[in-house]
Amino acid sequence: MSSTITTSLGGHIRGATVRGRARGGDTSPKSILFLVALWFSLFVAFSFLIVLIVTTVIDGWPRFDLRLFTEYPAADPEEAGARPAILGSIWVIITTALLAIPLGVAAAVHMEEFADKKNWFNRIVELNIQNLAAVPSIVYGLLALAFLVLMGVQNRNIVIAGAFTLSLLILPVIIIATREALRAVPMEIRQGSLALGATELQTVMRQTLPASVPGIATGSILALSRALGEAAPLLLLGALVFVSFDPNGLLSGYTTMPIQIFNWVGRPQEGFAILASATSILLLGILLAMNALAIIIRNRYQQRW
Amino acid sequence: MSSTLTPTGGSAITPGRPAVSLRSMRPRYGEMAVRLIFRIAAWITIVITIGIVIALLEPSLEFFAEVPLGDFLFGDRWAPRFADASFGVLPLVSATAWTTVIALIVAIPLGLGAAVFLSEYASSGVRKVLKPILEILAGIPTVVYGLFALQFVQSTVFRDWLQLETGAFSVLAAGLVMGVMIIPTIASISEDSMSAVPLGMRQGSAALGANKMQTTLRVVFPAALSGIIAAIVLGVSRAVGETMIVAIAAGSQARIVGGPLEQGQTMTGFIANAALGDSRVGSIEYNTLFAVGLLLFAITLVINAIAIQIVRRYREAY
Repeated sequence: MSSTITTSLGGHIRGATVRGRARGGDTSPKSILFLVALWFSLFVAFSFLIVLIVTTVIDGWPRFDLRLFTEYPAADPEEAGARPAILGSIWVIITTALLAIPLGVAAAVHMEEFADKKNWFNRIVELNIQNLAAVPSIVYGLLALAFLVLMGVQNRNIVIAGAFTLSLLILPVIIIATREALRAVPMEIRQGSLALGATELQTVMRQTLPASVPGIATGSILALSRALGEAAPLLLLGALVFVSFDPNGLLSGYTTMPIQIFNWVGRPQEGFAILASATSILLLGILLAMNALAIIIRNRYQQRW
Repeated sequence: MSSTLTPTGGSAITPGRPAVSLRSMRPRYGEMAVRLIFRIAAWITIVITIGIVIALLEPSLEFFAEVPLGDFLFGDRWAPRFADASFGVLPLVSATAWTTVIALIVAIPLGLGAAVFLSEYASSGVRKVLKPILEILAGIPTVVYGLFALQFVQSTVFRDWLQLETGAFSVLAAGLVMGVMIIPTIASISEDSMSAVPLGMRQGSAALGANKMQTTLRVVFPAALSGIIAAIVLGVSRAVGETMIVAIAAGSQARIVGGPLEQGQTMTGFIANAALGDSRVGSIEYNTLFAVGLLLFAITLVINAIAIQIVRRYREAY
């Protein structure tokens, strides 16, 4: 930046320019060193990512085969697979999405479109959501545990309980993302709709909300990918059990991929460590695909007004 | 929005206004019902917070009826499941402090370096490619990080390559990996805050003869400091609350941690491990989970409140 400015200043103060350069332009050793340090930061982060993916793939490759998808957990690592965990993750994530996305979008619509933002109560709701977004995930597990104990639920390791817990966890994330998407819709769209005689609700349902679908989808996919990789709150509900059947309903027992990984990491036999890495490959693959999908939606469909 | 855009259908006829109300005479009960549902959805978030507080407080109060608060907060022996039970939480706090500090030593310089590069040096095309890659780090499941910390960082790097004298677990391995995990948190919030610094300030600095590095360090960085501090504080709260990495790689012995190569059990690690055992509801072991959870919640709440205050106070400076 400085170089373009100094050259455009012209000839008669060239002396000053030269002195400025002597004190350290963009090519002085200090500046170069600074830039190298910045590159180094990104280099460390990216090489860490690459090493993590490569070592996981190398460790897990021997067991990243069909048996991982078809076999049930067993005492012998050679015969064990992650089939119930894979199906359990699918059940839990779909249920979580059905619970959290409608609720989160509805809350965000109320806060962004209908609520009076100067009202003290609505300000508290807003502040509260910011706080909830940073509550440690394991605290949500404690909340769900206490709630289920209060309800007198004996068998807490069921799909609907796990999905309920994860919904609470990702609800603030979905609300924040939806509000940002709604805020990006220009006021003129709403005013035009109202001027044509639509009611406020019709305006939201037919104009504002459809226009913000890409933003909501991006935020929801990222939130669900977080839920898919989460294990801590489910541990508290007793999800670390030996599941040797396919989960088949909302009240069915289950385990998920992250919990199955955690279970296998704690075993002494080498074979289980390989299985844990193999399941990690699958989990990483799914999450990278979800992240990529979110980025594609954001880049391709998001309207810029 | 509602107050500014809805035509006010008042009864008094004012000049320039139609004599009839623009609002439909027939109340739309369906719309009112839908709006009520939206409102309830927003209020549920408050219910969640109240639920968390009650859920944590109730068993914690039972716990503190048996264990004095002072013994809990300042005791240095944590042995809740022994016959000779002791409930001093300091060993857990010490392990949490070690992993958090190690994580921050990694994450603050690297996160800020990445943020400065993306905000000040990268062209928009480069930024568009690098930023999503950096965000992938935030999307990797924490069990996979834990597995990596245990099997690669601790076992392969520390023990095989560097020949360090350390056991199967260490707070250093867990902390280092956790540091990389929070790089995107620190980088993205700091970058937003640096990007928000007006171009005019950079141009003014350049016009006074500063080069790009000087402009970045002495003009942009101080101007964005509130956002940067908020980013770091949020990073701290993520590090304190992170569970699976420490449960897998930091160890499960609750002792005061004296050095980075020792193992230790953090607050979150204790909750995760204790949840594996079968604690009878209402027993002291069960209540212990909630007492530690309450302490964790209180710590993160205070940290988050500080971050939100910092951002609020300085956000509209420009």
